[in-house]
Amino acid sequence: MKKILLIPILLSALAFFTLFAFRDSSLGGPKPDADNVGLKLPEGFGALKVADIGAKARHLVVTPQGIIYVKLARVKEEKGIIVLKENSEGKAQVTGGFGNYGGTGIYMKDGYLYASSNKEVFRYKLNEKNEVIDPNNPETIVKGLKMGRQHETKSLVMDNDGNIYVNIGVPSNSCQEQDRGLRSPGIPGCPLLDSAAGIWQFKKDKLNQSYSEGVRYATGLRNVVGLDWNQQNNQLYVMQHGRDNLNSAWPELYNTKESAELPAECLYALKKGDNAGWPFMYYDGIQGKKIVAPEYGGNKKKEADPKYLDPVVAFPAHMAPNGLLFYTGKMFPEKYRNGAFIAFHGSWNRAPEPQKGFFVAFQPFKDGKPSGEWEIFADNFAGTPEKAAMNKADHRPCGLAQGADGSLYVTDDSKGTIYRIVYSKK
Amino acid sequence: MNRVLMILLILTTGGIKLSAQTKGKNAPAAKSQVVTGAVMANGKKIYGQYCLACHMADGGGVPNMNPPLSKTSHVLGDKERLIKVILNGLATGEEIDGETYTNIMPPHNFLKDQEIADVLSYVRNSFGNKAGGISVGEVKAIRAKNIKK
Repeated sequence: MKKILLIPILLSALAFFTLFAFRDSSLGGPKPDADNVGLKLPEGFGALKVADIGAKARHLVVTPQGIIYVKLARVKEEKGIIVLKENSEGKAQVTGGFGNYGGTGIYMKDGYLYASSNKEVFRYKLNEKNEVIDPNNPETIVKGLKMGRQHETKSLVMDNDGNIYVNIGVPSNSCQEQDRGLRSPGIPGCPLLDSAAGIWQFKKDKLNQSYSEGVRYATGLRNVVGLDWNQQNNQLYVMQHGRDNLNSAWPELYNTKESAELPAECLYALKKGDNAGWPFMYYDGIQGKKIVAPEYGGNKKKEADPKYLDPVVAFPAHMAPNGLLFYTGKMFPEKYRNGAFIAFHGSWNRAPEPQKGFFVAFQPFKDGKPSGEWEIFADNFAGTPEKAAMNKADHRPCGLAQGADGSLYVTDDSKGTIYRIVYSKK
Repeated sequence: MNRVLMILLILTTGGIKLSAQTKGKNAPAAKSQVVTGAVMANGKKIYGQYCLACHMADGGGVPNMNPPLSKTSHVLGDKERLIKVILNGLATGEEIDGETYTNIMPPHNFLKDQEIADVLSYVRNSFGNKAGGISVGEVKAIRAKNIKK
């Protein structure tokens, strides 16, 4: 009698338990790690470690099928693009790689994966599952771009009209006769501007283009690593890496404190023909003014020609913005919709002052314009505040990508950790 | 190779002789091996003014950008190569212990022989480094050779 009663009770308990467990996992999606991978996040957010790839992970692409393509700064075992596949818990395994070249840029659009070396842009045709069909035979879209030792990476993004935008950073800090030299004057007119220090526009499906087929879309940008196409405004936005060495090159004009806080790291909204003013000026975020560079007759106060473009947001100096992403997902709360996430790789040119950065910031936008103050969104990639201050960061955020579910992915180009930030509060 | 060794030998003994002659008056900087507290103090001051902004207070450098100075072959190895980095800067992009660095180091030939000797002696005995100091004589000899080029 007792046994007969027990069976239906056990069965219903089992059914209840299964239902509950299933319901839980199907609703929640990937769960954050218990420690949020060491990150400090706003309430309701969590983070999980997708993978550790042990390589210099720069920009990345995440497909709706859970394939992750990561561009490496330096080739590892003859692979410059690492391919990972996620499981249902959001943890990913490396399944392969291709592309025997280092670089930063990678972008997926209209059935192709585009990736850049530090001189070229290639593309790979994808099948309907967003897998690369022929990894060994990409098409060369752009070639022969200038590459110096510094600011050599070629970040890229695409618009909705068949164009690709490529950053060509300038191999110079401030176009001095002796780069980074003590009291070295600026080269008159800065001839480097003809083929670098700007964003160039190319056609996304025309092969073997170079400078003569491209358009210098915007100039006067020292180096851009983070850039994105704002879908709401249908406009290109870029984060410039501002100049260094104001104190070490011009000690009579700038003390170490001023040098640490100048110039601002600027977010620019670009239109064709814009000029952001490098190397002739820099943006002083404290005065909120465009100031003539000391290499070109500046004295820290003299204002620059107003023709140069104003930034839409000015961030603290030297934090090295390496990733920019306008959030269009639905997972995060309403305030994040259409706003900008910026991955700040972290400063070095603030020494002897404490270093800054090593976080992902968020700038809210409303009706296509910045609205309100920016804030730190994901902090503590460095491990501790002391490690950040000393430039001894454990991890350095670099690339940003949005998953199909609205998660935010962040790469680290120091140890190769791939983070996924999710919102779990309902 | 032998000639290089000979020159080095002459330079080193020359340095020692010089230090013996000027002892008392200019002792700290002239000694080629033993690095005194005075040399370390002056070296640290010069380091703070001209080197720290890129190589950091702890000599750790910046990954991929500015090379570290702690226990690297360029710092602990050949003195002539090291002195020439100060005089001519470094813009070749060569690998340093398996890593490359993108930033250009400008020439620091505006520093006096004494300043170069002191800052290099400081660097070779800081950040976990332990190596012989560099004398004014060594810097002077290499600067003289360097100018001819």
